Amino acid sequence: MEFKEIKEKAIISFNEFKKSEIPVILVGSATCGIAAGASKTLHKIEEVLKERKIQAKIYKVGCIGACFVEPLVDIIKPKKHRVSFFNVTEDVAEKIIEKYLIQDIIPKEYCLGIFGEEKIDDIPLITKLPFFKEQIRIVLRNCGFIDPENILHYIARGGYSGLSKALENMTLDEVIDTVKKSGLRGRGGAGFPTGLKWEICKRIKGDKKFVICNADEGDPGAFMDRNVLESDPHSVLEGMLICGYAIGSDEGYIYTRAEYPLAIKRLKIAISQMKEFGLLGEKIFGSSFNFNIKIKEGAGAFVCGEETALIASIEGKRGMPSPRPPFPAEKGLFEKPTVINNVETFANVSAIFEKDANWFANYGTEKSKGTKVFALAGKVKNTGLIEVPMGISLKDVIYEVGGGIVKDKSFKAVQTGGPSGGCIPEKYISAGVDYEQLTSLGSIMGSGGMIVMDNETCMVDIAKYFLSFTTLESCGKCTPCRIGTKRMLEILIRITEGKGEEQDLEKLIELGEMVKDSSLCGLGQTAPNPALTTLKYFRDEYEKHINDKKCPAGVCRELIQYFILKDKCTGCGLCKRLCSQNAIRGTKKKPHKIIQEKCIKCGSCIESCKFSAIKVQ
Amino acid sequence: MANYQDVSLSEDIESQLGKILSLYQGKGQEVIPLLQEVQEQLGYLPKNAIKEISKFLKIPESKIYGVVTFYAQFSFVKPGKNTIKICLGTACHVRGGERILNTIERLLGIKPGETTTDYEYTLHRVACIGCCALAPCMVINDDVYAKLTSQKIEKIFKKKG
Repeated sequence: MEFKEIKEKAIISFNEFKKSEIPVILVGSATCGIAAGASKTLHKIEEVLKERKIQAKIYKVGCIGACFVEPLVDIIKPKKHRVSFFNVTEDVAEKIIEKYLIQDIIPKEYCLGIFGEEKIDDIPLITKLPFFKEQIRIVLRNCGFIDPENILHYIARGGYSGLSKALENMTLDEVIDTVKKSGLRGRGGAGFPTGLKWEICKRIKGDKKFVICNADEGDPGAFMDRNVLESDPHSVLEGMLICGYAIGSDEGYIYTRAEYPLAIKRLKIAISQMKEFGLLGEKIFGSSFNFNIKIKEGAGAFVCGEETALIASIEGKRGMPSPRPPFPAEKGLFEKPTVINNVETFANVSAIFEKDANWFANYGTEKSKGTKVFALAGKVKNTGLIEVPMGISLKDVIYEVGGGIVKDKSFKAVQTGGPSGGCIPEKYISAGVDYEQLTSLGSIMGSGGMIVMDNETCMVDIAKYFLSFTTLESCGKCTPCRIGTKRMLEILIRITEGKGEEQDLEKLIELGEMVKDSSLCGLGQTAPNPALTTLKYFRDEYEKHINDKKCPAGVCRELIQYFILKDKCTGCGLCKRLCSQNAIRGTKKKPHKIIQEKCIKCGSCIESCKFSAIKVQ
Repeated sequence: MANYQDVSLSEDIESQLGKILSLYQGKGQEVIPLLQEVQEQLGYLPKNAIKEISKFLKIPESKIYGVVTFYAQFSFVKPGKNTIKICLGTACHVRGGERILNTIERLLGIKPGETTTDYEYTLHRVACIGCCALAPCMVINDDVYAKLTSQKIEKIFKKKG
């Protein structure tokens, strides 16, 4: 089928969605929405509509990113703007249907806002809400706006027009020049210029080349790629095809974590729909370009996010990295030239070709063009996925978009780059978020995880946490990483247990620098970063652990005690019931007491006390 | 150390395995998807299944053993009826994930990697399931539970009985 024909079909299909004669109900159904209860909400909506004999169409859409108020349900009544409702549990769903669908009154207490520019009463416009105001949505352009299991929705909103343009009107060099002109840099973390990578691969003579999409999003705290694959898989697949065309490849792999079953399911549906419309296989859009995509599932190894380890995994081997050079662009999968790019990189590519390289390059800073998707989590109020222009300050991200610290506690640090990154303290919060600025502060951009920490987060504990992760995930091939990270972890464990020694800090730095300099791959080369940055910016906290045997943040279990305030405790007994060690004694309605020898400081009591009667010392 | 469960393949498992192998071509690069399919269907990787796969792919058993023990997804041991994965990714860690783990350890009497004596639950700690904005989280089989507290955990496990 010609692209023109498909596009016409797509617009008709999307109009049934956008310009329906009966109400359309959209339920945010990515993994986070479902975890928040969206499936139950959807069933309740179906039930109520049936009971009240109301005609409406329900669609599952992806996630718009506002995870902190999920489940989200949006309603588009005929000829009216889309209205978004938040925290829609089953009860709230029933109330919304009653008020808005039956009585035609927007229940303001459940309304997040209205899409569009036209104000109704004092209901906020979604685009003006602090969470959305600063965002520029390129990668997330369709997330929450289309049914991700319907390729026609993607096409109706501009999808595959980039590929069509490239195949019809552009030479391979023109495609690569477009990517270079856009200034796009790899979004997986290293930030290598994408156009340059493609050019290197294209130049290598060879009858067989591969395109690989790295969807092995292993960084704890990162879920950007999961969302794009669940909410708009075609934006990534189209990017892979454009790449395949440019470098002269006819085969692609998308390597996805097995821990993302919904993403895998939606990718399978997307690929089968592509085949249906002739977007995969031979002579795509009537050109001489052939391409096929296979899905490979990861098997639970963080190191397989590293490109050479990923390649080894596809080849059926243990996921152990190899030295570079040669880089995969020259010698990759099955020793053939291979371009590996991240999910977000490919989603940017399809947008660039739909629009224009200059349009993309208008956003961001001089050396970091475009936008970046961040997974904002931790002790911040508005947790979720955001897409902001490169160069925006960390302060704006945390306080404007993020809404500030939970319970208005004080900000301590923000961690970027996952286990490869570092913690940035308050002093540098005005720094702009781009590759160069974050690197100069000792952290990295990374894949996009951004964890906000408050004064109840212990930085020594954080360093220990990341090192225990990287030690476990180290493939074991090279000595500096295999043993160096373990030795660093042992020191950190001792410090958090009150057994630290003065020379430990210098040992940590020496070990850290050695591991960074001599490890074989990115995992080892960056594993010391969390420890080194926290040591640089929070040295006094380490010294308190070592010299005073105290944990100022009240986290390290061996160095703290929990105690119950007699004047606040009502004797309700909730903490006693929840205590896993039977370490709380007391009779009903009388102040309780913690038996220190039995207490393991898990914090269940503090978490559940409704009277703030339990304190950490 | 991982040990093979020394159980001979039952007829039923042999025939399931036969059906799975017939879908593959016998190429070395198929080893991981093949192991994943076998584990998906049988719940774990029995010792004799490794023997059969080794013959089919013409790869030494030791190499397959190396692949199985490298990747966290694979198990030689039959799991309980329900698999619980507590997320201890960064966001979940910062938002009290360890406390959730401690609560479940107490309620079920097992530690990560172990299975309850009634074979009802197997417990694992995992690095990140990608629901960071709703931390702390866990997955039981295919269902994700988010914004957990010790009290919610009690309710969930009391309901499941």
